[in-house]
Amino acid sequence: MAGALRAAGRKKMKKLLFGRKKAPLLALAAVLALAGLAWGAPAPARRFALHFERIWPYYKVFCRGMINSLEVTFMSVIMGSICGTALALLKVSRLGPLSWFATAYTSVFRGTPLMVQLFLVYFATPQLFDYQIPAFNAVVLTFGLNSAAYVSEILRGGIQSIDVGQREAAMALGVPYRAMMFDIVIPQALRTVLPSLVNELIALLKDTSIVATIGMLDMMRAAQTAMNSTYLAFEPFIVVAGMYYVLVMIFTAVASRLERRLHKSDRN
Amino acid sequence: MIEIRDLKKRFGSLEVLRGVNLKIDDGEVVSIVGPSGSGKSTLLRCINLLETPTSGQVVIDGQDITQRGVDIQKVRENVGMVFQHFNLFQNKNVLQNMVYAPMKVRGLPEAQAVEKAMRLLDRVGLADKARAYPSMLSGGQQQRVAIARALAMEPRTLLFDEPTSALDPEMVKEVLDVIRGLVSTGITMAIVTHEMGFAREASDRVCFVDGGVIAEDAAPSEFFSSPKSARARQFLEKVL
Repeated sequence: MAGALRAAGRKKMKKLLFGRKKAPLLALAAVLALAGLAWGAPAPARRFALHFERIWPYYKVFCRGMINSLEVTFMSVIMGSICGTALALLKVSRLGPLSWFATAYTSVFRGTPLMVQLFLVYFATPQLFDYQIPAFNAVVLTFGLNSAAYVSEILRGGIQSIDVGQREAAMALGVPYRAMMFDIVIPQALRTVLPSLVNELIALLKDTSIVATIGMLDMMRAAQTAMNSTYLAFEPFIVVAGMYYVLVMIFTAVASRLERRLHKSDRN
Repeated sequence: MIEIRDLKKRFGSLEVLRGVNLKIDDGEVVSIVGPSGSGKSTLLRCINLLETPTSGQVVIDGQDITQRGVDIQKVRENVGMVFQHFNLFQNKNVLQNMVYAPMKVRGLPEAQAVEKAMRLLDRVGLADKARAYPSMLSGGQQQRVAIARALAMEPRTLLFDEPTSALDPEMVKEVLDVIRGLVSTGITMAIVTHEMGFAREASDRVCFVDGGVIAEDAAPSEFFSSPKSARARQFLEKVL
């Protein structure tokens, strides 16, 4: 009985190897052969190895890029804060046309992509005014104006969140409007909106990566430069990602220290 | 002297003040009482134009402050106000609250402003809290500071807008004691209050506001013992 079964099995095997139903076996063989090829070939193996040492020669480019990125961010933040504060004040004022202007401004700058704005400033300006605006100026102008729109919204919310009694107390003491705003209302508003402002700063730093598109050497552009010369993509971009991340972490740490200090003046 | 003539104020379709006439002499202490929503606070807030009257006049020391072109900040320097919710500047400590307006508005040198502030804080019994922030003080303490802050501007008139309404019961007395202490100093005072006992003993006159007009204006002894109008009688029955 057992012998008969074994004979049948052998027959089946024979049929499988030499019979008409060879397709599954061929497919298996093909897969094995390809796997063998892949295993044996040197190219894929190289793909998994990382060569950060080949990025190292570009460290100066990366540093230059980081300095430029920070410079752009810094200048844009200054411009954004000043213009944003002015816009926020217009929004909370009762000066009809001016407050309307501030609202329209915000609407336009929030309603169009930053990159489009940058291209408009950098590429369209020469066409209109016969003046080639330097990349750095174009970038700071665009980012400053754009950031102003966001900062003004954040500040407006902050100002309006402050109890109206604070204003009334100042007014009742004969304090002029401007002093009331800058000495009483805005300092309190800033404390409430500080986290949102830090968010805006972080977003701004990261958004500066698009200045690479107009050829400015920032961190992103540095990574591209390294990629173009070494044909390595992972290494330069992981490095630049790390650099952005570390900078953002530093901003966050500084901001939370500042926040704690402001909070202390509240309780102590 | 404060003279209010035919003062009207409407918020949208709601007419809050329907023609108020009121005269407050220099040094007089007037309590303004009446049911909730009668327009007491609005009336008070019209005196330093925290509310802009719809029509009518507010004449302070001969100057109609509702006229166009009046420098209202100048007027407010001499008309202090104490609020129901104290409204101390949250970002400044007690001393900074006290010296801010005198320095900024009156141009007082810091040393002088601080000295005056400390004297006033001493008077309201809070000299030891000079460095504290408002959020660390009790309601009663905050209101005493607020009164001292108003006094630091040396106003001729002080307006009190329900100064004890937001306080816990046990803190009402300390604030009323401070206000009582001001009665004989010659400052003109208008006090919107629900404290009938205080109105009776501390004020020279009681104005009963009802339905946007002054329904009764009498000496406290007269008002509380024999109110003339039926509405005032009803009101007093409820609160006394």
